[in-house]
Amino acid sequence: MAELKYDKDGRLLFTKEMKEEYTILMPQMLPVHFGMFRQLLVLEGYKVDMLTTNHRGIVDEGLKYVHNDTCYPALLVIGQLIDAIKHGGYDPHKIALFITQTGGGCRASNYIHLLRKALEKADLAFVPVISVNLSGLEKNPGWTLTLSMIRKMIYAMLYGDLIVNVANQVRPYELNHGQTDRMVDEWQGRLIDGFQQGKGMSRKQMRDNFDAIIADFAAVPVSQVEKVKVGVVGEIYVKFSPLGNNNLEDFLLSEGAEPVVPGLTDFMIFKIFNREVDVDIYGGLWAKKKVCQVFKGYIEACQKDMIAALKKSRFRAPGTFEAMHKLVQGYLGDGNKMGEGWLLTGEMLELIHSGVPNIVCTQPFGCLPNHIVGKGMIRKLKDDYPNSNIVAIDYDPGATKINQENRIKLMLANAKALARQEAEPEKEPAGAGV
Amino acid sequence: MILRVGIDIGSTTVKVVVLDEDNKLLFRSYERHYSKARERACETLSSIEEMLRGQDVRLVITGSAGLGVAKAAELDFVQEVYATAAAVNAYIPDTDAVIELGGEDAKIIFFGGALEERMNGSCAGGTGAFIDQMATLMNVTVNELDALSLKHEKIYPIASRCGVFAKSDIQPILNQGGRKEDVAASIFQAVVDQTVAGLTQGRELKGKIVFLGGPLHFLMGLRERFVDTLQLDEEHAVFPEDGDCFAAMGAALCASDYEAKPFDELLRKLRESRDATSVVDTMPPLFESQADYDAFAARHNASTPPQLDIGTYAGDAYLGIDAGSTTTKMALIAPDGGLLYTYYHSNLGNPVAIVLEQLKEIYKLCGNRIKIKGSAVTGYGEDLIKNAFSCDLGLVETVAHYRAAAHFNPDVDFIIDIGGQDMKCFKIRNGAVDSIMLNEACSSGCGSFIETFAKALGYSIADFAKLGLFTQKPVNLGSRCTVFMNSSVKQAQKDGASVEDISAGLSISIVKNAIYKVIRAASADDLGKHIVVQGGTFHNDAVLRAFEQELGRNVTRPTIAGIMGAFGAALAARDLGLEQSALLDEAALEGFTHSAKPVTCNLCTNHCSLTVNAFDSGRRFISGNRCSRPLGKEKAELPDLYRWKYEKLRAMEGKGLGDGSRGRIGLPFGLNMYENLPFWYALFTRLNFEVVLSPESSRKLYIKGQRTIPSDTVCYPAKLLHGHVEALVEAGVDAIFYPCMSYNFDEKTSDNNYNCPVVAYYPELLAANMPDLKKTRFLNPYAGLHRPKDYERIGSQWFADTFGVPRKEAASAIRAAYQAYDRYKEEIHHTGRQYIERARAQGLPILVLAGRPYHIDPEINHGINDLITSFGFVVVSEDAVAWLEDYAPRKVLNQWTFQARMYNAARYVCTQPDMELVQLVSFGCGTDAITGDEVRSILEGGGRLYTQLKIDDISNLGAVKIRVRSLMAAMEERKRREH
Repeated sequence: MAELKYDKDGRLLFTKEMKEEYTILMPQMLPVHFGMFRQLLVLEGYKVDMLTTNHRGIVDEGLKYVHNDTCYPALLVIGQLIDAIKHGGYDPHKIALFITQTGGGCRASNYIHLLRKALEKADLAFVPVISVNLSGLEKNPGWTLTLSMIRKMIYAMLYGDLIVNVANQVRPYELNHGQTDRMVDEWQGRLIDGFQQGKGMSRKQMRDNFDAIIADFAAVPVSQVEKVKVGVVGEIYVKFSPLGNNNLEDFLLSEGAEPVVPGLTDFMIFKIFNREVDVDIYGGLWAKKKVCQVFKGYIEACQKDMIAALKKSRFRAPGTFEAMHKLVQGYLGDGNKMGEGWLLTGEMLELIHSGVPNIVCTQPFGCLPNHIVGKGMIRKLKDDYPNSNIVAIDYDPGATKINQENRIKLMLANAKALARQEAEPEKEPAGAGV
Repeated sequence: MILRVGIDIGSTTVKVVVLDEDNKLLFRSYERHYSKARERACETLSSIEEMLRGQDVRLVITGSAGLGVAKAAELDFVQEVYATAAAVNAYIPDTDAVIELGGEDAKIIFFGGALEERMNGSCAGGTGAFIDQMATLMNVTVNELDALSLKHEKIYPIASRCGVFAKSDIQPILNQGGRKEDVAASIFQAVVDQTVAGLTQGRELKGKIVFLGGPLHFLMGLRERFVDTLQLDEEHAVFPEDGDCFAAMGAALCASDYEAKPFDELLRKLRESRDATSVVDTMPPLFESQADYDAFAARHNASTPPQLDIGTYAGDAYLGIDAGSTTTKMALIAPDGGLLYTYYHSNLGNPVAIVLEQLKEIYKLCGNRIKIKGSAVTGYGEDLIKNAFSCDLGLVETVAHYRAAAHFNPDVDFIIDIGGQDMKCFKIRNGAVDSIMLNEACSSGCGSFIETFAKALGYSIADFAKLGLFTQKPVNLGSRCTVFMNSSVKQAQKDGASVEDISAGLSISIVKNAIYKVIRAASADDLGKHIVVQGGTFHNDAVLRAFEQELGRNVTRPTIAGIMGAFGAALAARDLGLEQSALLDEAALEGFTHSAKPVTCNLCTNHCSLTVNAFDSGRRFISGNRCSRPLGKEKAELPDLYRWKYEKLRAMEGKGLGDGSRGRIGLPFGLNMYENLPFWYALFTRLNFEVVLSPESSRKLYIKGQRTIPSDTVCYPAKLLHGHVEALVEAGVDAIFYPCMSYNFDEKTSDNNYNCPVVAYYPELLAANMPDLKKTRFLNPYAGLHRPKDYERIGSQWFADTFGVPRKEAASAIRAAYQAYDRYKEEIHHTGRQYIERARAQGLPILVLAGRPYHIDPEINHGINDLITSFGFVVVSEDAVAWLEDYAPRKVLNQWTFQARMYNAARYVCTQPDMELVQLVSFGCGTDAITGDEVRSILEGGGRLYTQLKIDDISNLGAVKIRVRSLMAAMEERKRREH
């Protein structure tokens, strides 16, 4: 059994022995992406389980061990991990936990510390926590994020974004119920098999895979009904995670809408861009800026491949990071980087410009950055784009589904009325045609 | 002819209408459903069966609780705001905006231009249910409340965000003798403010406005407040005849788009769905069997004090009064603690009258046999009652409760008291109060909450509580504040939960709220081994049982749980050892009179809302004051670094040493400007700009900018900025400078030096939401003051580009600005040291009031610093002592400049025996969820008490007083032990 070792500040380390013996639990944020990330880690020799639990007990554990005024994602992620340790059938002395750490002025940077506090409170201080980050914070002997892994993860992220994008455009219209989801599973499997054999890991192979994925999804038989498209933006966890947003995408589907969810790639580029732009705004090393530019340039190039592949197809393609950055000028400065920063407003703008003016802006209750970049920008968006129809929805342990759903329903009803208003501009502008 | 039926099922009422082909109303009904929405809807429909039997009709359901009904019965549904818009369109076509208040929702619709429809967010309960709660609190019906409001003379500021906040504002006003008429109107004004601030979100309310929904239909006082506030004339304020049923009428209109079906079939479907239940989220029952309950009851009834007969007893007695927030409790005891007389009653909004009546009764019972030799009073109304009846002692509630608990269980190590309005928990270590936890304003799901619910559902509190004891499936309602619970209950109702399930669920919620939110405990051992529970709410067996279940441990509940405060006060009165009590005697009571008059104190910028209580023979008592000046005394001038800093900063305006030739630059006096003003002031005056500061913050200034606030849950310090900026625009400055700052100064004591996201980027929010900024030049560049060398380069370039200032000149001004800022900090350190020395020379305790720099704003801290000095403390700010400690690793990521100072201040306080630290926290401040726990653990690790004061747009000094006085009592206790 692996010995517990600590660093000089008293932080419990994840050792090489633990890598052999321990199962690492990771939270899930985006089902498709994180599923592939998990597989990549397994290929690297880690034993990893991804948590897909979704029940009230998670919130209760979170409420118990995390300060209740902390943001909801922290409460959920930590609640989910502790729930799994307690009730997941694991030997608590043989598990470790993964959590991401971004750094930045938002309180989200404190998740790892809150998790450790929670473990201590739950008498589980012997469970090592591994920080997953790109800034070189908190090193562990049993865990290294190699360049090759980073590259694979970037590929997995892009594959994930593409699959989610096309699946969202097919699922609401599929004639054979469940076919889209089966296709998602199939492709996830194929890509992972490819990773195992070292395939799909060059730009050329990725481009081919992009085409193949698009072709397969395009071949799913669909109906020709018109459905209202609804964009989903927000704080990254509640935007993506079904646990965080009360299965928002399912709800939108059941209301006869097509969810449009901007992907993860822009967020990654955004986080690198922030470091680059900090040098311009505040001064700093030219070399640091250069490194960021190169890294960012690589991901952007991959993103452009994906967009190009989509543009050849019948599917709607997202815009480039650069294009979105242009749209947000006059709204927020480049220095607005905490949380989702200007990217959130940028995504709303991109949605409006691509014919999706109906948007759900999700945020944890009391989310600090979203006061500014979410709720704070809706007025200006409405002034600049009168047909924009944005509803801000708060998520927290006490918020009820009915309350949230009723507001989303109002947004959907508005969408219809606005569409009608636009169709008959001469007629007296009105709430609802009677 | 096919008739159309609209059914609007809201959170508290069911509305049914029938329309003919010409949109004429054939039938309408508006009825409360008391949580039995489906039954009510069925009954109403059955009542018009005669009219519709055998016909085909088009029927559509709408409303927040209607969705579930529609789904279960497979009937058509439209969203209620959409339905309302349809009705307004048809009946009042030239409308510009609609305001609709419902039971729990508030809605706004803007016509003209782009259609905008909006509902209140999840934290905005200022609606019908809110008014119901307030009426219950004041012990009047809603109609009486309305009638009262029309006779108001004065409006008090009352928190409009949610019912919980408003309650804690109203209670002190009532307890201090404020007029009910004024409070009633203030409640309506709060609803108006909430609607205007929360829903318009920057779009102006003008033109013809239609007011809809039950509350606006029935309450004339509420109408009056709306019309007054929005300055509408009769032509532009429309209150349609059927304004309470508009959503239902809209649903009927929308029904045109749906298929017609036989009425009998529709009614059958609705009836069949009535009994369908689909509650998923339930919890284990409180009691499995009657036998379980009997054993439980027997165990608890064993903790009881001796009962004496007041009719035969002769000898000395001591009186304790607990003038609580919603109830008045009294206990008359013999020297051994035996109970002669007890009283527990709702104070009906006027504790003075209650105590008067009870005192008369007690004197009558005492006759000549019993002599009252001491009297003490505790609770919210302590000051008022003490002055009114000349009690011998006033003591803070926490101390009174501890006295009482220790009387029953000398080993007690944890006390939890859940009263009507507040929750107090504290640990006892070595015979002294060790750690005090009071409920935050946002988690006051206390006794009065259940009571309000019980009444709303048509039960008495006792009957309602009993209902839940034996249900097999209590609903899980979460553990948040009242507003959230309201919607949880709504959801449960939608899912078909019974009143029994809801009753049990509410009791369990209260307990979870207490354990996880207030005490923040993870296990029973975090509390203690000998737990005594008290307070009226624990008389409720369901709550008591839930508490034991949640902890997995048995606790002690004395049979006099509800009057423990009064009992403790009586014990304290006994221990005074007086020969003669000063309490008004029987004769004096005969001539007792009391009247209360509200006035606003204008002796300083705090503008306290005072209540002047006048008693017989010219005795007076003034309440609501923060300092002694309105009492006719000179203000005690103890050293107060908050005041010093504030005056220092306010003086930084004008031309300084420059000539002002480059123009007038406006600086909004808020958020990080409280830290960075010395820098910007030096920089701008050096460059020959005249600096214009925005006016001092005030509630009026806040209201001025309120309509442009987009997020109603952001902190008050941020919300104030809207008013500041608006005032600067009015002042006609040449430009307003308010930089974005991701980072603040790097003080090398933390892992990073960020500002919080709100402080960092609020300028961008203002730019996007304040139309008036188009009238001026609004400059909000990103500024990185944390890198002086780089800022000299980047900043001077900015000044060259923006104002044409030569770069060299700007660079030298920037260097001078850094020096000026350093000097300012030096001065704080120096003055802080002087104040501390003065305190030590005079033997005064020192209190470090640890907040963010902007907490020195009197409008933000509501004069808490004045209050604290009035208790005999010398006040210094966190930055006066934080620099005395170096960097140390923390258990959290220590990444904000301002917040890092609080950690170091706490560490320093732990090394100084005559210093205490109190943390100021703004409601809605996300970073304090992290800093609060960390500061607590630093202080407790150093053997110190942690006290947190949560502040918002409204001052609730009552809660602040309890905390500060509890802290003082604990300090005294600690001193006593040491000697």
